[in-house]
Formats: sequence, structure tokens, C-alpha cells
Amino acid sequence: MTEDVGVSRGRLVLRRFRRRRIALFGLVAIVFLVLFAFLGPSLSKWNYSQKDYNAFLQPPSAQHWFGTTQIGADVYAQTLRGLQKSLVIGFLTAIISTGLAAIVGAAAGYYGGWTDRVLMWFVDLLLVLPSFLIIAILSPTFQGKTWLLFVVLLAGFSWMITARIVRGLTLSLKEREFVRAAEFMGVSSRTILFRHLLPNMSSILIIDATINVGGAILAETGLSYFGFGVQPPDVSLGTLIADGTKSALTYPWLFVFCGGLLILTVLAVSLVGDGLRDAVDPNSESSRL
Amino acid sequence: MVKFMARRFLNYLILVIVATSLGYLLAAVSLNPRSNFEGRNPAPPKSSVDAKLDALNLNDETPVLTRFKTWAGGVVHGDFGKSIDNQPVSSEMWRRMGVSLRLLLVGSVLGGFFGIALGTISAIKQYSAVDYGATLGSFVLLAIPVFLLAVLLKVAALNINKWAGTPIFYYTGEFTPGLQGSWWDHTWDRFQHFILPTLSLVLGQIAFYGLYQRNAMLDVLGSDFIRTAQAKGLRRRTAIIRHGLRLALIPMATFFAYEFGLLLTGATFTEKIFGWHGMGEWFIDSVTKNDVNAVATVTMFAAVLVLVAGMMADLAVAILDPRVRSS
Amino acid sequence: MTGLITTSTDGQTSVPAPVLEIADLRVSFPSEAGTVEAVRGLSYAVSAGEVLGIVGESGSGKSVSALAIMGLLPDRARVEGSIRFGGRELAGLGDKALTDIRGSGIAMVFQDPLSALTPVYTVGSQIAEAIRAHHTDTSRAAAADRAVDLLKLVGIPNPAVRAKSFPHEFSGGMRQRVMIAMAIANDPDVILADEPTTALDVTIQAQILEVFHTAQEATGAAIVMITHDLGVVAGFADRVMVMYAGRAVETGTVEDAFYRSRMPYTLGLLGALPRPDLETREPLTPVEGNPPSLVGLPPGCPFAPRCPLKIDVCETVEPPLAPTAVPGHQTACHRSGFLEDGDLKAGDVFPVPAALPPALAGVPREQRPVVLEVTDLVRTYPLTTGSIFRRTIGEVRAVDGISFDVREGETLGLVGESGCGKTTTINEIMSLATPSAGTIKVLGQETGSLDRKQRRKIRRQLGLVFQDPNASLDPRLPIGDILGEGMKAYGVPVAERRSRVSELLTLVGLGPEHVNRYPAEFSGGQRQRIGIARALSLEPRLVVLDEPVSALDVSIRAGVVNLLEDLRARLGLSYVFVAHDLSVVRHIADRVAVMYLGRIVELGTVADVFDAPAHPYTQALLSAVPVPDPRQERARKRILLEGDLPSPSEVPTGCRFRSRCPLYATLLEDHQARCRDDDPVLTPQGPDHTAACHWPEARTVF
Repeated sequence: MTEDVGVSRGRLVLRRFRRRRIALFGLVAIVFLVLFAFLGPSLSKWNYSQKDYNAFLQPPSAQHWFGTTQIGADVYAQTLRGLQKSLVIGFLTAIISTGLAAIVGAAAGYYGGWTDRVLMWFVDLLLVLPSFLIIAILSPTFQGKTWLLFVVLLAGFSWMITARIVRGLTLSLKEREFVRAAEFMGVSSRTILFRHLLPNMSSILIIDATINVGGAILAETGLSYFGFGVQPPDVSLGTLIADGTKSALTYPWLFVFCGGLLILTVLAVSLVGDGLRDAVDPNSESSRL
Repeated sequence: MVKFMARRFLNYLILVIVATSLGYLLAAVSLNPRSNFEGRNPAPPKSSVDAKLDALNLNDETPVLTRFKTWAGGVVHGDFGKSIDNQPVSSEMWRRMGVSLRLLLVGSVLGGFFGIALGTISAIKQYSAVDYGATLGSFVLLAIPVFLLAVLLKVAALNINKWAGTPIFYYTGEFTPGLQGSWWDHTWDRFQHFILPTLSLVLGQIAFYGLYQRNAMLDVLGSDFIRTAQAKGLRRRTAIIRHGLRLALIPMATFFAYEFGLLLTGATFTEKIFGWHGMGEWFIDSVTKNDVNAVATVTMFAAVLVLVAGMMADLAVAILDPRVRSS
Repeated sequence: MTGLITTSTDGQTSVPAPVLEIADLRVSFPSEAGTVEAVRGLSYAVSAGEVLGIVGESGSGKSVSALAIMGLLPDRARVEGSIRFGGRELAGLGDKALTDIRGSGIAMVFQDPLSALTPVYTVGSQIAEAIRAHHTDTSRAAAADRAVDLLKLVGIPNPAVRAKSFPHEFSGGMRQRVMIAMAIANDPDVILADEPTTALDVTIQAQILEVFHTAQEATGAAIVMITHDLGVVAGFADRVMVMYAGRAVETGTVEDAFYRSRMPYTLGLLGALPRPDLETREPLTPVEGNPPSLVGLPPGCPFAPRCPLKIDVCETVEPPLAPTAVPGHQTACHRSGFLEDGDLKAGDVFPVPAALPPALAGVPREQRPVVLEVTDLVRTYPLTTGSIFRRTIGEVRAVDGISFDVREGETLGLVGESGCGKTTTINEIMSLATPSAGTIKVLGQETGSLDRKQRRKIRRQLGLVFQDPNASLDPRLPIGDILGEGMKAYGVPVAERRSRVSELLTLVGLGPEHVNRYPAEFSGGQRQRIGIARALSLEPRLVVLDEPVSALDVSIRAGVVNLLEDLRARLGLSYVFVAHDLSVVRHIADRVAVMYLGRIVELGTVADVFDAPAHPYTQALLSAVPVPDPRQERARKRILLEGDLPSPSEVPTGCRFRSRCPLYATLLEDHQARCRDDDPVLTPQGPDHTAACHWPEARTVF
């Protein structure tokens, strides 16, 4: 079969992605969540730090849409505040960790030899140490410091598997003839890395970054749940859920909204990632239909 | 083959040693046990605090490497130091290890088995209602962190208990303390305690393995050798099960090694939320209590488990794939 | 094989009732771009003991039609028409009913024997499984024994032991033997062979075709041999069917198709094929254009856009397959009458491009400057063990002391089976590194002694063209960037780069307007032209061509070969042409070096080496090349080599070809001793002809 000339790869991917209704749903959900997190607070008259001393532990009402907490804080404002933080941390962590993975993996794969062995040994080491434990141990050191430090730690312990995948791809790509052609023409190895190797895995990297967003949010909320992550006065979905859990049975509004938004966020992100993977992978069954 | 495994083992062993050392050093630098003693009222004199810390090998004024040497020297002889409550860490460790191992073992075995079964069925019946349901369900389950799932399970159990009028599910501890009755009563009681924590771990595992197995299976389904198997006269389903499944399992072994670290993390939540006194719960409490020796010990436990998982994955790959065996 | 069909005097072939009869088979797939009509009304029949060759280029529908017969197409494929096997209609049968026929009634041999065998089971168990699939009463032990017998039948040495080996422990040729053993395990009536020798070396191809003969003798089955190689068909098939764009365009006896083609496409294929047995310096006749897309095919003859004989009706009415004057010979062409009247050949139909005389045609070889000089080149690789702590346990000599030179304006062909060291040799030249031993001199400069700056300067003088035009162009860069990359690395200013890129595109027969397009927008042949343009971008003196046409379809190949010859003449280039297709080498090269296990065993002018090969390996290699001429091909006697190329880590003592040498077996004991003990060196066989054999004897093999 001759290839259909004229349809660019980008358009093809877009077309395949659009056909996956469930992935589209994920995309719409993400857009909604981001808009909701950042524009939602201005719809309510309550600020996340304000307290309504006339309403302690009130169920959702016209006044307080998601109800109030034990100390009279507005759950709607707090939940959106937490959603903001979790989204920002998730996206930042995913971008940093995927970037790190791309550079380490590609360097290990392309240069080979000792570079490869040292980097991969380091990857193995970090895989033996569950990142959760390490970040928990280190949590006292960033208490009272900026949450960005937490992001760096999260990213620093979540790039290893992606790096391995990138390394594998690099190993096969560097044997490809167009890379060898560039080498024989005297193109420098750094140029080859950034001009030929990384762009040719960009689709995989984008997919991985997307999936890593979900992983990062889960890791963040998990650590925050135990108090090892986002520290007061900052709030995230994790800290909110931790606060709400104790009264999940009696005062469900403290728990349902932040929990529900967390599930929706992670689900939406992974559905988009999965849809992208199917759309990019020309071998996947659905892409041929 | 044996040599290959021996070499892998040596490599893992070095990784475990480095990882444990790193765990100790990080904990020693990051945690501040002095605050536990200083914070008392009335404030004790520095000398008595120092004496207490020195006895526990926790004094931050001793150089960290010296403290590490003392601890590591003990570990070699099976002595993991003292906890901050002046109890031997090792006895606590032995007590708690079984609790965690039970949970982890059941979690990975059940998760792996049902996940692989689900993924295989999904792949064979691609685009059927079963497939869509299983896939979407898996995505939803993977989006629910263990601590949330645990709470949801608790809520559900509570309602079921209320509806049944008698406790069917328990969600605190491993057994009912002081229960009188036959062996059967004890077993049943343990089972009632066991089911929710296990579910909180296993559901995510099933979803994870299910999705990956489905992908691995779909990759294999289009292979030429499946076509060959059909061409020689096997039914499509027979060809898939006999020739495809085994190949699809090979990447799963590697995923098992990766996933085990996450399972370990998940078990921490399960233990903490359902009040099981395992290693995970101990870890959380120890970090909060600045208990350096206990934290380092749990880190080592985790590293060893990841090592064992890695070795098992290597072994599984070698058994499944003759190409690996011969190289 | 021909003995099974009796041809009566009036030309009517009286054949037994066909075992397999296909009528109006249509297969279509839904796709992104629309419905792909892969097979569009195909009809044929084969009888027991008969061999039908189906020839076509990629995308002609030949493999799809075979899979349709087996019912092995993916579910999304729509199959219509009738498939009758032994009088029973197969179309529309379910998986269960078809399962009974697959393997026992109709068996199939696939192209790539590596991916077609399950990697995790032993070959013996896979064959036994085939037996037990149809004979459930056969015990496991009996099936295993029968598997060993079958392995023996297809020529696997030591079958009882090898049955317990896994597919990855076999060579490509051995795997294909296993596939054939599996196919004949249940004594099928029809064997569908889908390009069974395409992935194999020519010497192994000859062995495998022999195995098919054996298999046919054992089973009496009809064989449908699907291939793109007209040479294979010429020697192996009784009847041939040429397919184009999902339909049969010509069908008849092999002689009808080769000597009396009445369809321009068949003529074009034949004209585009270089002959290994003839010294021809004229350009090949290329068939311009590309096969059509099978989505939304316009009315009329699908070949019309490429056909020099097309008339108005060709554009509106698709010609049906219709009889010609010769019974049994059918063509689908409005102009077949015209072709018949004039008995036209390829050269009469397709315009033959005029050849430029080479730049240095008049200058004798000795007086031309040396462009590349390789002396006693050795390349060793350490043989390592272990994955973490690597230990070196020995070394492999991939190239073991070879010497040759290339002079300005000439082409050296480098031939040999895969694994003989061809690729290592050109990698050594291209990387300009210091070899393990020996020297490489490019334009008089020794590569080992170069500093960074000199190396950069020399590197410009070398161009490289790769085998696979799909893999050799970065899919994410526009053509302009791909062609300009080398110049950019050498600091050529942007404006100059841009004008040079247009110049290059024009040079290789594309337009400067293609600058902003991406590789995916070009056909395979066009992509290879871009690859050639890139190799020329820095104005090299020497171009290394690594199998430059082997990934291309026959009709496209000729155009690229002509382009290469034209460029050489116009730009005064020298070529090192690496290929396993000896016909192309004979056509394009001036001199040829035959490699075996890291050594050159014979070196000389093309005419000397092809017409009077002195080394038994060269003789066997050339003898294995099929000639696209049925009468000649059937009259040839093949020299078959035993077994596979030994691993370079287990080189035999003395003469390294000894283990497979047909001559060695016939030698007297004291002569054999010399082969065992002495490593032969290249000795003169003529003015420019050397061979490394103790007992050379020139033979003709065509």
C-alpha cells in the first residue's frame, strides 16, 4: 500500500485522538478542572483564609457551597486552593522529571560506555529506594520552606523509569541510518542528540509527561496526607483529604469534594495520556480503523 | 544461568548496601531526635540529653559518619540499634515484618493473578463491553490513591454492617483482641479483618497489571507467530493462549519489579489506616518521632524487598524466555 | 516439475482438476484515507504438483490474497469472492471450519522465519504441535519423532538434537527450513509460500528452493510461490501470474510471460532487471512513476499513468484479463494486440535513457589517481561475556586482512553473504578511525595519522548512501534541512546552502520546489534519490553505496541505478558499491571483490569474475543467482553450498572456505592437506584478476 501523501503526521494524530471519545472526555475534564481551579475562587465571596464564625461544620448551602470546616473555613474556597496547588505541583513535577529523564536517558543511551553504566547504576539505586520513603525522611528539611523544594524532590525521585525507556529508544534510534548519516557528515554529538534523537521521541516524551502528571499528583497527595508534603499554611488536595478523612463518615462534605476532584483529575490526565499513546502509535489497532 | 543470577544478586546486594547507607545518612541528617528530649518541661540539662542521645547513638554532635559506623557495625551482627523509646529495633522489626509480608505477599499474588487474567480477557475480547468496562474500571481504580480507596471501603463496610445488622467487615487491626472461641472463630475473625485492607491494596494492583497485560497481549496478538500457529491449524484462541500469553508475560515480570516499590508505598497507607502494626506504620510513626535507627531499618527492609522482587522478576524472565537464558 | 503437466500438441494444457480455485477475490481494508482495495477481482487455479508463481511489487495484493485464502486476515478486512479448495467453498467459513483445513489442506510458509516462529518454544515442539493439531490421536512422543523426521527431510543436520533448539539458535535459512517442515507436516495439498526467500542470502535462497522441490516430491502438493523476484519464478514456476494494483495483469506459462509478454508492465519489469549473465553497459529501462494508491482508484487501467503505450481508452476503461493468441496466456491490456503484432520488447516500449560516457573513459586504470587504498585491513571486536562486569574472552576478526584500491571514476563492487564483513569494511572506511591493523588511505592520506582538522577535511570527500530510504532520512526534518545538514556542520553560509540544495534536488531528478516537504511525502524511490543527494551535498570524490537499491521495487530500482551511473559519469565520482544482488553489481561495477568470512577471496574486473570465476566460493555464489530467463535458468546446474556461513569466531584452519567448499570434497587427500594447513593468499588469475584458492579452476556458471 502506498502511503497517503499529504496528510501530515500531526494532523493524523489529531484525527485519531479525536476519534477516541473517552480521551476527549479526559481533555475536556482537564480544561474544566484548570479553569475551575483558577477562576472558580472568584465566583464565591469567600476567601480560602477567611473564617465564618457564624458557621462551624455546616453542610453545603447557598452561603457555603461545599459547606464549612470545624473552624468555619469555606470548603469550596479551600478545595479550589488545594486543587490549584495539586495541579501546579503535578504539572511542574511531570515536566521537570520528564525533562530530566530525557536528558539522562538519551545521554546514557547515546554515549554508552561508562557514562551509560554510571547513569544506569544510579537509576537502579534510586529504584531500590522507594521515593516515598526518601521524601518522607527528608520532609523535616523543607518544613517552613517553599513548596517548590517539594516539587524538586518529587521530580528528582520520579524520572527513573522514563529514563530507562528513553535510553532504550535512544539505543535503537542511534543505530538508525539517519543518525549515522549525520555522524558521518561530521555533525557534533550534541547536535545529533538535540536535533535527531530527542525530537524523534518527542511523542513518547509528551505521553510520558502526561502520565507522569497523574503519578506526581498521587505522590504529592500521598505524602501530604501524612504531613510529609505540602506544609501549612499551603493546602493541597492531600492535606484536605487527610483533614477530612477523620470525619468522612459524619461530615462527608469535608471529604467528598476534595476526594472527588482528586480522582477526576488523575483519571482525566491518564485518559488523555492513554488516548495520545493510541493516537501516536501507528501500530495500535484502533489507529488503523 | 546460575552464574547470571549470582551476578545479578551481587549487583543488587551492592545496591541494597548503598541504599541502606544512604537511608541512614539522610535520616540522620534530616531528623532531629534532640528535639524529642529538649522539648520537655522542665527543659532537661544539656548534659543529660546528650547522655540519653549518646546511649541511643543519636547525638547530632557526634559526626554523622561515626554514628553510621556504629550503626552499620551493629547491623552486620544483626543489631539494628535502639529505637528512640530505648527498645531494641530488631525485636520490633521481627514482630512487624510478618504483618507487612503477609499483606504484600497476598497483595502481589492476588493482584498479579487477577490482573493478568483480566488483561488477557480484555485483549482477546478487544472492543467488547467486557474490554471497555475492564479498561475504564482500571483507569478509575488507578486514579484513586490507596488512602482514598481505604476510606471509601471503610464507608462501604460500615453501611454493609449497618444493613446486615451484624459486623461483617472489621477495619481496625488484624484481629479482635481478647476474642474467645475455637480455631475456626479465630480464623474467621482474622479473615473479617483481612478483607478490607487486602482489597485496598489488591484492587489497584489488579488495575495496574490488567492494563499492562492488556497492552502486552495486544502487542503480541498481531505477531507473525500467532498467524503461523493459526496457519498450522490451531484455533485462534488456542494460538493466542498457547503462543501469545507466555510472550506477553515476559514484559510483565519487569513491571512486577517496578510496581513492587509502589506496592510497598501503598501498604504503608493500608497499615496506617487500618491499624495494622506493620513496617509501613512503623516508618510513618518513626519519622514523626525522629527515630533515626528505626527509619533506617525500614529503609533497608524496603530495599531488600525491592531486591527480592527484582531477583524474582529476573528469574521469571529467564524461565519464560529462552533467549535470555542462553545469553 | 514440468513433467507433471502434459502439454498436448495443439497447445492445450490438459491439467488435472484444480485443487485450489480462486474466483473474483476481492479484499478491502478500511483506513484513514478511505477504503484500501488491496485485491480487486483475482482469479486463478492451481492443480496438484503444479507451481504457480505470483509476481508483483509491494502493494500489488499478492500477499493479501494468500492470507485471504487462509482466512488469516484481520477481522476488519472485507473478503468477497469464491475460494474453492478441493471442490469446497472456503469463503464465509468460520474459524473452526477453517482450522481443519489450515495446515492439513492448505499450508503456508511466511517471509520472515524469525518472527514467524514462536521464540519461546523449541522448533521440534512447534512442528509436533502442528501434527497434533490435526491428528489428536498421535501421542506426544510419536509427534516428536515425526518432527525429527521432518527436520531431517528438510535438511537440518543432526535433527534429533536440533529439534530441542529454540528458533533464535538457528540461522535464517535453517529457520525457513523449519517453517517448510511445519508446512508439510500434515501432507497438505497446497503450499502457499509468501516470499519465502526474500530475507535470505542468494546461496541460502538456492538451498531453500531445493527444499521446496523436496517438499513437493514428498507431498505432491501444488505450490503457490509469491515473490517479487522474476529470476526465482523463471526457474521454479510452471505458470506465472503478474499482479499490479490488486489485479492479475498477465498470466500464462513462464515462457509466455518471459518471451512473449503482451502487457507493458511485465515488459517493464523484465527490462528493468539487470542480467547477471550478460555484459551490458546500456542503461536499464526504468518504468517511470509509482504504483497507484489503492484508495479511490480512478477508472481506467491502473498502469496507464506509467505506460508509454497508453491510448484514450486506457484512461476510461479498465481492461479485463483476456486471452491472447496463445491459449492459456491472458493479459489485461488494451494494447496487447499491438504488442503482439510487433512482438515488441521492453526496449521498444519504454524509452531507454541515453548513457553519458564516463568522465575518464579513455584513461587506462593504471594512470588514474587512487582515491581509496585499503591495505591489509583488520578489524577485530572483543568477544565479551557478562552484562555488568564485562570480561573479554577472545576476539572476533570481522575483517581479516583485506586489500583493494579504488581509482578515480570507477566502481568497485563488494559482494558476499551477510556476515562476510562487507558492512564492517565500509564502516571502517567511513568512520576514518585507526583500524585494528593495516591502513586505509583516502586520497593518499592515511586515516590513522589524521588530526582532527585533517579528518574533517577528508570526511567531506566521502559520501554514504544507505540501504533503507525510510530509515535514512530523519522523518521530522524537511528535505531542505536534511540536505543542508552536512553543509551546516561545515559552516557553509545559508545563502550558498540554499542554492546548493536546489541544485542537488535537480541533480537527482527532483524539483527545487520539494525543499519544504517532509520525507513521508515521498515514495521510496524518491527518498533514495534524496539520500543520494545528501551523500553528494559536500561534493565528495568517493561515494560508498551500502545496498542502495535492495529495498526498492524492481521497477523503481532501474531508475535509481541509472541515476547513479549518470552521476558517476557527470561528476567523475568513484563508487564502492556494496550489494548482495549480484545482477546489479554486474551492471554497475567495473571491478568486483568477493568477500568470505572477513577475507577477499576473489578480486578482478566484472567480466573476469562473472564470466570466469576461479574461486569455488565465487562459483557457488554466482551459480546461486537466478537468471530471469526460463530456458537458460532451467538448463543451469546449481553448485549448492552446504550449510551456513560459519561464525567469525570459529574460522576453520587453513583455507576458511574449506568447511563448505564443493571443490575440497573432490580433492585428493594430499591436496586437501594443503587446504587444511595453508591459508591461501590472492594469486593472479589474469591481468586484473586474483583469487585466494590453492586449486583455482575457472568455470562458467551462467
